[in-house]
Amino acid sequence: MDKARIGTCWLDGCSGCHMSLLDADEAIVAVLQKADIVFGPLVDAQEWPEGVDVAVIEGAVSSEDDLKLAQAARARSKIVVALGDCAVTGNVPSMRNGIPTAKLLERIYVEGVTERPGVPTDGVPALLKQAGPLQSVIKVDVHVPGCPPKPDAILLVLGELLEGRLPDLGTKLRFG
Amino acid sequence: MTEKVKVRIDGEVLAATPGQTILEVARANNKYIPALCYMEGLSAVGACRLCIVEVSGVSRLLPACTTPVQEGLAVNTNSPQIESYRKIALELLLVERNHVCAVCVSSGHCELQTLAQDHGITHVRYPYNYPRLTVDTTHPRFVLDHNRCVLCSRCVRTCAEIEGAHVWDVAGRGINSRLVSELKRPWGEATTCTSCGKCVQACPTGAMAEKGWGVEEMIKQPAVVGRLTSARGDR
Repeated sequence: MDKARIGTCWLDGCSGCHMSLLDADEAIVAVLQKADIVFGPLVDAQEWPEGVDVAVIEGAVSSEDDLKLAQAARARSKIVVALGDCAVTGNVPSMRNGIPTAKLLERIYVEGVTERPGVPTDGVPALLKQAGPLQSVIKVDVHVPGCPPKPDAILLVLGELLEGRLPDLGTKLRFG
Repeated sequence: MTEKVKVRIDGEVLAATPGQTILEVARANNKYIPALCYMEGLSAVGACRLCIVEVSGVSRLLPACTTPVQEGLAVNTNSPQIESYRKIALELLLVERNHVCAVCVSSGHCELQTLAQDHGITHVRYPYNYPRLTVDTTHPRFVLDHNRCVLCSRCVRTCAEIEGAHVWDVAGRGINSRLVSELKRPWGEATTCTSCGKCVQACPTGAMAEKGWGVEEMIKQPAVVGRLTSARGDR
């Protein structure tokens, strides 16, 4: 039997959800016997590959790059999982949403800055007007809230998806 | 001795005292109906709509906390339709303001968070509102974060009905409704506030908290506040 293909990515978040996945320790070996991780922060691939079975996306959609990556992942994957509160609700990244981006960047990079004040534009993607949950820009199939979601919640979701079932988090459902 | 009436809740016949509400009868008989704005010891206002139930002979859903029982009343506390409306009510509360569990003192002890989880809400189906709201830190011991307020008015009723100070009110209308202390004076400057802190204990979310606590550290005791009413009796 061919192995399933999992891709993961990290948009506007803290990588805590990926850390929580790694925190599954040896249980991750069982997942890797059924699936290959073909894209992710620790994988060399530069572009989201074609034919991914499960896309696991951490973080809110906050910049133009986040949006492009989320759209690419959606277009090239069968199932999209929103992993963690940022991807599910917007969470901490969305706390800037009441402030216009120009004002926000000015406050951080210019006001009170003595060493080369100025909003960086080179090599950094432009911020979107608001940071939103994944579902505000693409269709999401499975939501796994938590900050971060516990390793056993992530394992339950991956285990069910690799068996071809849509997971029900049940008592493992938790925000924050 | 007041005459008892018989009511039927989820098929079970229960004895109730006239004047009791459906929610009071249910709770007295260990039957769970979810509620957020209801708190034992306070008047009921029917604000959160989570305790909606089906009453036979009535075509619309009624809030259990404000509907008094009468002889022969038959109530259904759960059905797919009720559950779907409860979920909608919770999701609308979650999108209205900025509920960011990850940075909240009440995370893990929050009634809104617990209700969302209990009702299997993995995400909301509506766009978030992201209002720009203030945090009142003027009181020396307490803080009010409007981002986390669900306008349940438990603090308003606690202050007015138990402490007798009536510092709190809800000002504005609809989406612009805001909790205000002493007709919009900052909390720290409210001369009628006795700093008793019962409003903080009554608050179901992290909207009101004691200063000095970190994320997940603020554990409240609303039941203690509610028990003051029964301890006082008719006095």
